[in-house]
Amino acid sequence: MSDANWTTDFLSRLVAADIAVAQTPLPSATLWQIDAHHWRQFAELAIQQNIRWAAGWAEHDQDRFLINACFEKHGVYLLLRTTVSAAKPALPSQATVYPAANRSERHTRDMFGIDFSGHPDNRPWTRHKAWSKQSHPLRKDFPVQGEPQTMTSPDLDYQFVKAYGAGVYEIPVGPVHAGIIEPGHFRFQADGELILNLEERLGYVHKGIEKIAEGRTPESLARLAGRISGDTTVGHSWAACMAMERAAGVEIPPRAALIREILAERERIANHLGDVGAICNDVAFVFAQMQFTRLRELWLRTNAGVFGHRLLMDRVVPGGVACDVTHEAGQSMLKDIARLRKELSDIVTALDLNTSLEDRLYTAGYLSAEIAEAFGTVGYVGRASGQSFDVRRDAPYPPYDQATFKVPLETEGDIAARVWIRLKEINAALKLIEQFIGRLPIGGDLIAAWRTPAVGSEGLGIVEGWRGEIVAYIRFDGDNQIARFYPRDPSILNWPVFEKLTLNNIVPDFPVCNKSLNGSYSGNDL
Amino acid sequence: MLRLFKKILTTGMVTERIKPPKDDELERLGIEIKRHVDKKFSGSLAIREVDAGSCNGCELEIHALNNPYYDIERFGIHFVASPRHADVLLVTGPVSRHMQTALLRTYEATPNPKWVVAAGDCAVCGGEFGVSYASCGAVSNVIPVDVVIPGCPPTPLALMKGLLGLMKQ
Repeated sequence: MSDANWTTDFLSRLVAADIAVAQTPLPSATLWQIDAHHWRQFAELAIQQNIRWAAGWAEHDQDRFLINACFEKHGVYLLLRTTVSAAKPALPSQATVYPAANRSERHTRDMFGIDFSGHPDNRPWTRHKAWSKQSHPLRKDFPVQGEPQTMTSPDLDYQFVKAYGAGVYEIPVGPVHAGIIEPGHFRFQADGELILNLEERLGYVHKGIEKIAEGRTPESLARLAGRISGDTTVGHSWAACMAMERAAGVEIPPRAALIREILAERERIANHLGDVGAICNDVAFVFAQMQFTRLRELWLRTNAGVFGHRLLMDRVVPGGVACDVTHEAGQSMLKDIARLRKELSDIVTALDLNTSLEDRLYTAGYLSAEIAEAFGTVGYVGRASGQSFDVRRDAPYPPYDQATFKVPLETEGDIAARVWIRLKEINAALKLIEQFIGRLPIGGDLIAAWRTPAVGSEGLGIVEGWRGEIVAYIRFDGDNQIARFYPRDPSILNWPVFEKLTLNNIVPDFPVCNKSLNGSYSGNDL
Repeated sequence: MLRLFKKILTTGMVTERIKPPKDDELERLGIEIKRHVDKKFSGSLAIREVDAGSCNGCELEIHALNNPYYDIERFGIHFVASPRHADVLLVTGPVSRHMQTALLRTYEATPNPKWVVAAGDCAVCGGEFGVSYASCGAVSNVIPVDVVIPGCPPTPLALMKGLLGLMKQ
């Protein structure tokens, strides 16, 4: 499964290329520090070895900035770091090598004022008009209140890609959309009904999550993490808590790990149920929407009954969980699962035989395996295009290290594949919940005692949220306070491929393409 | 096709009875109604939902209003695609500064008479995010608000009671 040897082999290649590496072990990852001027060269050597770029973020430390990039191969994570002076912060961009690093570096440039030289796109990304180009919210001297205008003007200067020619026209969509959906702007160039180009402009729901995380206590940070993306409240709070627990050297009780798993798999199922219904609804197949929203509602009511919250917010807390599963609750959840399976088998058979769904979902929104791989696509979007990575299997954390399960994979890459992968993941998740309910010990602690971590302690939490891999980074200050929190939602990696998979589709299929990907706007904008 | 009809028939009606809320119930839910809908409009309410910075949690529960258990359309309440067709703006989230102009323009595009419902703790008071360089906090900091429905997120039942309360005379 995991092959730690690639790091040794890769290290010798770096040495051969005269790149000096200082190694420090961290819990769950190795930290490598290199000189800033080797930043791009490192990426060039890494991509030759098929190492995946997973996340990038920076940190302000007095008169310098730390710049981090997280890489993964065969389930082994590598944290790469370099330092630049705050007086003239610049380093070579990795975005020319890894397209996935593109928006991340633009975010870091907006938030810290760090220049990534050679970056192919000099437009802002997260910054609209709430702060000026000269100020940088994540620098420590930037006050959390900023210097906002009474009225923040709209961002009219953004230079969208243009298309010219007879019959070519442009459609601006958003930020306020027609449905009950998060805000973002999409700019189409179309010829007739055919989409020639689509460009995303996000950042509308930027709420300053990274900034307001600073100075929080672990409990308060967990609450905030649970609201990065409301549909991934378990996933994000688990990743953030895991990062804090690793920084503090706290081990959670086995019972808490099992309950976190049950929560995470219930979240996966709830979202997949909602998505399958909504995708069918976007091609006017309302039967599926009504049936799946009904099943989702029943599922959420069980959440409320057993765990006390329909969406499971604030159930994962630093050191463990804030809810228990009694024997009776476990048994009633098992009955629920049996009922859901029966219902799904009726409904899915009806969907499978339906030609109008077949007509709209097959071949539409095609994402090739090559593009999915090049952009480091994760989660069900990746797994519908042949990218099999799953943190639960490839870099297992408790309790998944004790579980037996299969990760479904589809290779067709169209919307239908993204529906089937979700249905298969529902089945796999149901089996996992059954396994873990069966293993829940009688009694046992739900929460471990917290230990205040030393100043500067850092931790990386990596879990498989329902959308895919979540990476959370934490550094502690003194007094149990958070100095830096960076959460990388899977949407950050998946949004860019949406621009690719809509190409050559018709404008009326845009909503169903969007729903099949279902990126989080809030998780992207932070 | 036969399977489909069979499933529809065997599922039957699952829609639940919901009584219009009494004042003490609204108070218990923390719902505050500052202005009711005029009687002549109260048979049908067209809602434009605006996410002004939410984490998407409130949207999930607003979606649930259209599921067969709550079926909010039976009360004449329906969601529309444009503010120009709307009587009510249902606004969620702390208003992010990047959405401030968009929210204001949506409000201005909504014809009079109009009502604004702020749904969820963030929309009511700023919630977990409050006021910062990136967030204006509560919806009432940007546009006038007629109803507040707290909760993180408010349950579909609380949303339903708040909207029915708005129509009650």
